[in-house]
Amino acid sequence: MSTHTLSVLVENKPGVLARVAGLFSRRGFNIESLAVGPTEHADVSRMTIVVAVDELPLEQVTKQLNKLVNVIKIVELDPGVSVQRELLLVKVRADATVRTQVLETVQLFRAKVVDVSPEALTIEATGTADKLEALLRMLEPYGVREMVQSGMVAIGRGPRSITATGVR
Amino acid sequence: MTSATQRPNPVAATPGAARSPRPKPAPPTGTPVRVTGAQSLVRSLEAVGVEVVFGIPGGTILPAYDPLLDSTKVRHVLVRHEQGAGHAATGYAQATGKVGVCMATSGPGATNLVTPLADANMDSVPLVAITGQQTRALIGTDAFQEADICGITLPITKHNFLVTDPAEIPRAIAEAFHLASTGRPGPVLVDIPKDVLQENTSFSWPPDLRLPGYKPTTRPHGKQVREAAKLLTQARRPVFYVGGGVIKAQASAELATLAELTGIPVVTTLMARGAFPDSHRQHLGMPGMHGSVAAVAALQKADLLIALGARFDDRVTGQVSSFAPDAQVVHADIDPAEISKNRRADVPIVGDCKEIIAELTSAVRAEYGPKGGPADLSAWWQQLDSIREGFPLGYEWPEDGSLSPQFVIERIGKIAGPDAIYTAGVGQHQMWAAQFISYEKPATWINSGGLGTMGFAVPAAMGAKFGHPDKVVWAIDGDGCFQMTNQELATCAIEGAPIKVAVINNGNLGMVRQWQNLFYSERYSQTDLGTHKHRIPDFTLLAEALGCAGLRCESKEDVDRVINRAMEINDRPVVVDFVVGKDAQVWPMVAAGTGNDQIMAARGIRPLFDED
Repeated sequence: MSTHTLSVLVENKPGVLARVAGLFSRRGFNIESLAVGPTEHADVSRMTIVVAVDELPLEQVTKQLNKLVNVIKIVELDPGVSVQRELLLVKVRADATVRTQVLETVQLFRAKVVDVSPEALTIEATGTADKLEALLRMLEPYGVREMVQSGMVAIGRGPRSITATGVR
Repeated sequence: MTSATQRPNPVAATPGAARSPRPKPAPPTGTPVRVTGAQSLVRSLEAVGVEVVFGIPGGTILPAYDPLLDSTKVRHVLVRHEQGAGHAATGYAQATGKVGVCMATSGPGATNLVTPLADANMDSVPLVAITGQQTRALIGTDAFQEADICGITLPITKHNFLVTDPAEIPRAIAEAFHLASTGRPGPVLVDIPKDVLQENTSFSWPPDLRLPGYKPTTRPHGKQVREAAKLLTQARRPVFYVGGGVIKAQASAELATLAELTGIPVVTTLMARGAFPDSHRQHLGMPGMHGSVAAVAALQKADLLIALGARFDDRVTGQVSSFAPDAQVVHADIDPAEISKNRRADVPIVGDCKEIIAELTSAVRAEYGPKGGPADLSAWWQQLDSIREGFPLGYEWPEDGSLSPQFVIERIGKIAGPDAIYTAGVGQHQMWAAQFISYEKPATWINSGGLGTMGFAVPAAMGAKFGHPDKVVWAIDGDGCFQMTNQELATCAIEGAPIKVAVINNGNLGMVRQWQNLFYSERYSQTDLGTHKHRIPDFTLLAEALGCAGLRCESKEDVDRVINRAMEINDRPVVVDFVVGKDAQVWPMVAAGTGNDQIMAARGIRPLFDED
């Protein structure tokens, strides 16, 4: 099985997320990650869905998604020609004795400290799944108290826009 | 007490003629008029051309029923259970090709539509369901008779709407009918809160549709069609595998032309019975689990399948890995998601079957050229004819001397003829009705194929009768199925839909019993309904109680006489209790999960495919 990133343009209407999520579950396709947000068109939302499926089931996924009336357009984004990012917020145990070491790791990964308290640091990092995983591995020894991670968002490289056509 | 024989037949009468019409002048198209949401709904239904609505009023849909009383165009049929409304709408749609409409209140009214919506979704039936919903302020509070029907029906409808603004009602209705009837047809639910129906708004028609993500492909791709034509002229063992899409596309005439031009054998699936005349020499019958040996063999041995509006359902393919092992596949369907879903297509064609078949015919003619003609298929036909002759569809009379259910169904088909409409429930009687009635015309066979909904026959027959009041409509039902939905006979009797019901009464859940006989060591767990043993219910008395004529037939000698008697009664519905043997079985059979090559022509008779 291979991982595929789908950019799905949908009508910005109530219930659309449930339609998409429901489709995946009832057809037995696993979503690895899903992120939804607005686009430059007020009435269009964009979902970035990461699925792990083979080529043939992927064709079924996109065809079934296309059947949803609220789905306007689906584009598969090749990791080679797209920018793919996730956001991580992680609260790490870091008292005075280890704080410097933690901060060093933060710098190495070009992450940011967004909150600080005597016992802990909250770190914000963006990047590919691999990078965030590596950062987490480095932070784990200090004690991860809490973490939250967004789904992946992705956009194609170059001047072309997937929202330029097909969106009214 | 009014005698049933004196009852007028309101089906034939002008809808609404009996009521005092309060005419409302029709505003010029496009000019907005002030109305309530409920009036807007009824005007929208009138504007899209709805003739009949099957439904039951209740708390939240009540506002809509008030202007419905005044409508001279829309006739409402008051059913006894919302499931009946849904299946009736399906029967109407399948018989007429128009969109069927059903209406229910919120909560239990709406959830009772779930089965018919799932059924219509599986069989691609154009249906619009309108449900009341709790007022906007109460949605999400577990209010009385509140159910999230949009959420519940999300996976079993083509689409659904919750209308939260009365100004949106005309658009929602127009979009619902457009979605239901175009592309691959399917059910659409429109859920309208009570206060949205009560609020004042303006109505104008036509609204513009806003469906940016909905663009069904109807014109086939020319290159794909030419590619298919090439395969079709080169193949030595081709078969047309015809599905329900051909009936939906009203493409029977085009199919007949193409089939006769090419001389290629035709099989019609359960959903496509009638798409190609059974009497036609090139027709090998129905493929699948209970298909004819010739039809199953044709698919298995083919070098080319031309699938038209069919979806390679597991009941047709059997074990999919051993299905039609040597065949290339041309797959034509309006739904791109069906293509290569279960079986990879070598030549996919997305489009409307009517256009595809017409273009394929031209492309085949072009392929033949001015002098050429069809390929020589005589060796193929010889092979198929010998199978057809060796293993014809048939049945044996039960050894216990009881009445043969197959004989009863065959006689109904012969006596009522190819112009009648036949509906069925689900089970043995359904398969026998598919096998032993000769269908010559499309939309004369209406059954629940995909979902397999027991209890489908009576309400579907009612709907078909409202669609075609002038046609004879027979519901071929089982005693199990009949006990699920027979309450709609009261509707038929009162609203004037004189359908005919043949209860093939074997006293058992026959198909389950057959499987227990074959696969569960004859351990008959919970399949004896006691209908024989106790004569509970007495179907003739039940029929009388529901305002129908009740007849009974228990012997071979009586069959024709009773069917003819039923044919004569047209002022009320007729129920015939055909008491048949409990051990009759449906053959041929491909056992679930096995390959089609394992087909048994009859018990213990395997046509030994490997030998040729």
